[in-house]
Amino acid sequence: MEPVRLLTLSLAGLVVLAGMPAYAGEVPPERAAALSYLVRQDCGSCHGMTLRGGLGRPLVPEALEGAGADALAEVILDGIPGTPMPPWRGQLSEDEALWIARALKEGRIE
Amino acid sequence: MRLFLAALAILVFAPCVELQAAELRGTGDLGIVIERASGSLQVIDVTARRALGRVEGLGDLSHASAVFSPDQRYAFVFGRDGGLSKVDLLSRKLVKRVMQAGNSIGGAISDDGRLIAVSNYKPGGVRVFDSETLAPVADIPARYGDSGARSKTVGLVDAPGRRFIFTLYDAGEIWVADFSNGGGPAITKFAGIGDLPYDALITGDGRHYIAGLFGEDGLAHIDLWAAEPRVERILDGYGRGEEKLPVYKMPHLEGWARAGDRLMLPAVGRHEVLAVDADSFQEVGRIAVHGQPIFAVARPDGRQVWVNFAHPLNDTVQVIDVPSQEVVHSFKPGPAVLHLEFTPRGHEVWISVRDSDKVEVYDTRSFEKIAELPMAKPSGIFFTARAHRIGL
Repeated sequence: MEPVRLLTLSLAGLVVLAGMPAYAGEVPPERAAALSYLVRQDCGSCHGMTLRGGLGRPLVPEALEGAGADALAEVILDGIPGTPMPPWRGQLSEDEALWIARALKEGRIE
Repeated sequence: MRLFLAALAILVFAPCVELQAAELRGTGDLGIVIERASGSLQVIDVTARRALGRVEGLGDLSHASAVFSPDQRYAFVFGRDGGLSKVDLLSRKLVKRVMQAGNSIGGAISDDGRLIAVSNYKPGGVRVFDSETLAPVADIPARYGDSGARSKTVGLVDAPGRRFIFTLYDAGEIWVADFSNGGGPAITKFAGIGDLPYDALITGDGRHYIAGLFGEDGLAHIDLWAAEPRVERILDGYGRGEEKLPVYKMPHLEGWARAGDRLMLPAVGRHEVLAVDADSFQEVGRIAVHGQPIFAVARPDGRQVWVNFAHPLNDTVQVIDVPSQEVVHSFKPGPAVLHLEFTPRGHEVWISVRDSDKVEVYDTRSFEKIAELPMAKPSGIFFTARAHRIGL
């Protein structure tokens, strides 16, 4: 590809990205199923498989009403220092964390 | 005529004899496997390595454990949802079930087999029940501080002398509830044990109670044989201020953690098992392992310690040789190895592999797999031999 065209395409990409949120929180259906399983089985170690809480706080929609999805995604990615909530960055992408945050708030974890 | 009578006798009585033979059996080599996602358990024959049948209707077993009656006939199962269930292993029936709290984490049975104690997150505290009827005997709210808030309770064990010991996660306290007077409990409190105690164990002799601390590099220890028991910090600063690795699942301390003259404990936030001298409680070594250890369980003879790991490294099991403190065997049963249980003399070990819906049985000397049993999302495995062990 010619350098000029490559530059144009990259610039176009940047313009598109600038107009969107940092990440979209969308994942393919099969990944969504795997994430639901992860939330129930592994987050469930502390938060309960039914997400009604354990050593960790409940994650049912009513319990998350006060928190925005973006903030929840940050908690998932970076954890809460000084508590057992670990950072999942490295295990989960930003899109995946946002998908989980929204799914929790909307009660969409299967 | 005599022949006819004899034949008649056989016809009449033979079915009874057969029936009796089917009913008469010991329970010392039975056990249960928790099926965490379906609220069921399977009763297993450990010698025959087979499942005898399923018991359903036990509620939310996503974090479940069990203790056994002294006659090894009944299992008391503690569910996540606060359900306490009494299961008859012989008839494989749910005998009794009470919803005693909103959110629970485990339980214990008293040394005389008469009391069942349950550790609750919500409402925070311990409730005690009659093991025969599951009727309530005592309620111990874990109130602390000036506000009277209730703490989640963890690390509940039985101790000799009709006592239960447990730890207050939010308060950083250890409480001893003494039921030896027959009436309500006399409670002794130990405050200021450290930050965020997440689980505890009692040694098999009932002498040492040790709580792990999530918030600090160290453990809180009480010598219950001391004239005036007090809390001492052991392994203080074992992480030496190093950055902790993320802990995707809390380690479990309860189990047969004593191996010979050592205690083998999972480190928190480090991919290590800590070896501690069981007399001086000084660190005598640390063994680098595959991931964040969850269970570090000693084979009953204490020669080996088998270790499983937290997500995402939970597909692996490692075996530590205790005398040399080396990992002598590693293998991968598959994703989500959740628990392991040794036969009472340690010749075999049963391992639950949640994601492949099976329990695998291994020879602990050759490390060969000798059996596989299909189970639905298996987690905890509990053998009736626990009935006769302090702290289990």
